[in-house]
Amino acid sequence: MNDPINVLTLFLFNIVLVNIPLLYGTTGEIVVEKAGSLNLGVEGTMAVGAIFGYLAGCMTNSLLVGLAVSFLAAGLCGLLFALLTVSLQANQNVTGLTITTFGLGLYFFVGKGIGERWPAMTGASALVNGFAPKELPLLSKIPLLGKVFFSQNLLVYLGVGIAALIWWYLSYTKTGLRLRAVGENPGAADSVGVNILLYKYIHLVAGSGIMGLGGFYMALYMSGSFEGSNCWINGYGWIAIALVIFANWNPLMAIGGTLIFGFFNTLQIYSGPLAGAFPGVLGWLNAVPAQLFKALPFLITAIVLVASSVRKREGSGQPAALGLNYFREER
Amino acid sequence: MKKILALALAAAMSLSLAACGGNNNGGNSAASNPPAASNPSNSSTDPGKEENKPAIRVGAIYITSQNDVAGYTFQHHNGITTAMRNLGLDPADLIVVDNVPDNDDTAVANAIDTVVNQGADIVFGISFGYINAMNDKAEDYSDVIFSHGTGYMANDTNFNNYFGRIYQARYLTGIAAGMKSLELGNNSIGYVAAYNTDYAETCSGINAFALGVQSANPDAVVHVNVINAWGDEALERQAAQALINTYNCCVISQHCDSAQPQLVAAENNVFGCGYNSDMTEQAPTAHLTAAIWHWDVYYQTAIQAAIDCNGDASKFVENMSGNAYYAGLAEGFVDASPLNESIAAPNTKAVMDAVRDLMISGQWDVFSGQKLSYVIKEDGAVEVHTEPADLVDNQGNVIVAAGGPSVDDGVIKGSMNYNVAGVQEG
Repeated sequence: MNDPINVLTLFLFNIVLVNIPLLYGTTGEIVVEKAGSLNLGVEGTMAVGAIFGYLAGCMTNSLLVGLAVSFLAAGLCGLLFALLTVSLQANQNVTGLTITTFGLGLYFFVGKGIGERWPAMTGASALVNGFAPKELPLLSKIPLLGKVFFSQNLLVYLGVGIAALIWWYLSYTKTGLRLRAVGENPGAADSVGVNILLYKYIHLVAGSGIMGLGGFYMALYMSGSFEGSNCWINGYGWIAIALVIFANWNPLMAIGGTLIFGFFNTLQIYSGPLAGAFPGVLGWLNAVPAQLFKALPFLITAIVLVASSVRKREGSGQPAALGLNYFREER
Repeated sequence: MKKILALALAAAMSLSLAACGGNNNGGNSAASNPPAASNPSNSSTDPGKEENKPAIRVGAIYITSQNDVAGYTFQHHNGITTAMRNLGLDPADLIVVDNVPDNDDTAVANAIDTVVNQGADIVFGISFGYINAMNDKAEDYSDVIFSHGTGYMANDTNFNNYFGRIYQARYLTGIAAGMKSLELGNNSIGYVAAYNTDYAETCSGINAFALGVQSANPDAVVHVNVINAWGDEALERQAAQALINTYNCCVISQHCDSAQPQLVAAENNVFGCGYNSDMTEQAPTAHLTAAIWHWDVYYQTAIQAAIDCNGDASKFVENMSGNAYYAGLAEGFVDASPLNESIAAPNTKAVMDAVRDLMISGQWDVFSGQKLSYVIKEDGAVEVHTEPADLVDNQGNVIVAAGGPSVDDGVIKGSMNYNVAGVQEG
């Protein structure tokens, strides 16, 4: 029963299944940061998207409505952030943290307010089916990789699709180019007629909306069980912010970064089974303290940060005006 | 003019301070009054002559929020308010500080100051990490009673700790799991654990559960997956799924906060044993029974003992007859939640009831040199057989020789760091 290949497949399958919300958060944050804004409110934004998306999805028994509402609810958090930082010139760091506190507070307020009448996901067949694995034709027949990458649920494909789409948008479209200009040097972009205000607002809202989809994913992964002491998002929003740096502000790299972070995240659960399945090669995994698995991704991020600062600006994807508010009159 | 104003303000402030002090003393010395509707009266210059005060002011420090709808803090808050209601106290008078992190001694100390300054006569701290701060503050406030859940520190006067024989309840849930595995013909059982041998609490829980399983199904193996966190829903879910997928487990037990392992069991059409609350509500098609606490049993005993101190906090430990409260099935402090009989194996309830009675009688306990087995007669009656057998750990060391006495309470509470035979980590 303890077939080594089976254990390995399960391990890799779960890396993808469990960690895709990170990709949504990271992609959303990349969109926001490419517009020159640093939004530290990913955790709260995802929580808001999660709870409203889940409730709406349950009430209407529709995956699409759930997705749309989670996007809109999280988008409203983005709108709030944009209003405060773009129009009212508030400090971005503090505002981002405020969004996190606000979002988590709203999450618990709504969840506890509903209390006994909380809807169970088993009552919404569309959500259960929407989150069930869907095997892609042909691709899922590939040994190992077919199960790992092409037998996942719809939201996994959607997350990867959005990341690829954003990459294309940023790299190959005119508006994407302008967006990057807004993030690099809003003064210059403004001088050639780019509407900074509009660009910032649209992308801050859209980026937050994408984060919200990740929250919705998390809600479905947790089978919509609201417990009131822990939030579904459970720190994924913070990891997403680190992943943006890790991925060098590139959505395609974010896919890889998600899998690497996910590798360690899932390894702490699978270290035992893996050591049992491959006693010769991986037996040492049992001796590794789990705390190391928890710390390693962040250690790697720190190393990446150091490496990218040694390289100076060359090749770094960090927008030059990141975190700076743009005030036209000071141009 | 400004000076006069400042003087007046200063005078007003010192007066109000004195008033607070008066209230505090009043609370302590008025403890002999019968429980009355809470109505803290205005301060009087002569403390101890007030009639309208509650018999005692209760304070609590929580790791999460009193508004939780499930989980550890929820269970304790429920226990404290139930106990207060039973004793004729108004739960609205409970003084609470929420969300006190248990890795920050300063935050805990500040929370204790807050509660004591609001007039609490007895302070409950529910999380293990509050231990140092509570120990220090018990010295600073010798006129206040401190009671620390799950800890091991105490003194001989106003500071005790409390915990329970939850392992007895886990043994009972193990019986339900073992009988189910026997019925299904699958000897693989899973256990999602917060920690294993790092803490005696988690370790003894795993062992007791495994022994309960083996009493019903001697061939069963308990696979443990450790998540290294008391509560992390994503990890709990992953761990349960990994146990089911890699070891084909037919029952998933847990020592972690959320109901995720039970939900995973339900989604995979296997069964489960929960913890802390009856999780049949969340997973009606999977959940057999849960090891649960009746915290109100302790809180009622403790608050009554505090009332009986009549304002002399130093008598508390004496009133509790000891500074370490450690009760189990016999006192009704722990139990297995009502069995989900529609999915449990036949006769499970009868066996669990028989073993529960045996433990309550005090004739037998889990970690001893006596092994249980069950004979179920045709009429459904259950005979529990005890036979001497070595208690062996999974490295082959004999912990208790056949027929030997039970392992010391101190070991079960504080230093157990081995897994019994039949437990497999990973």
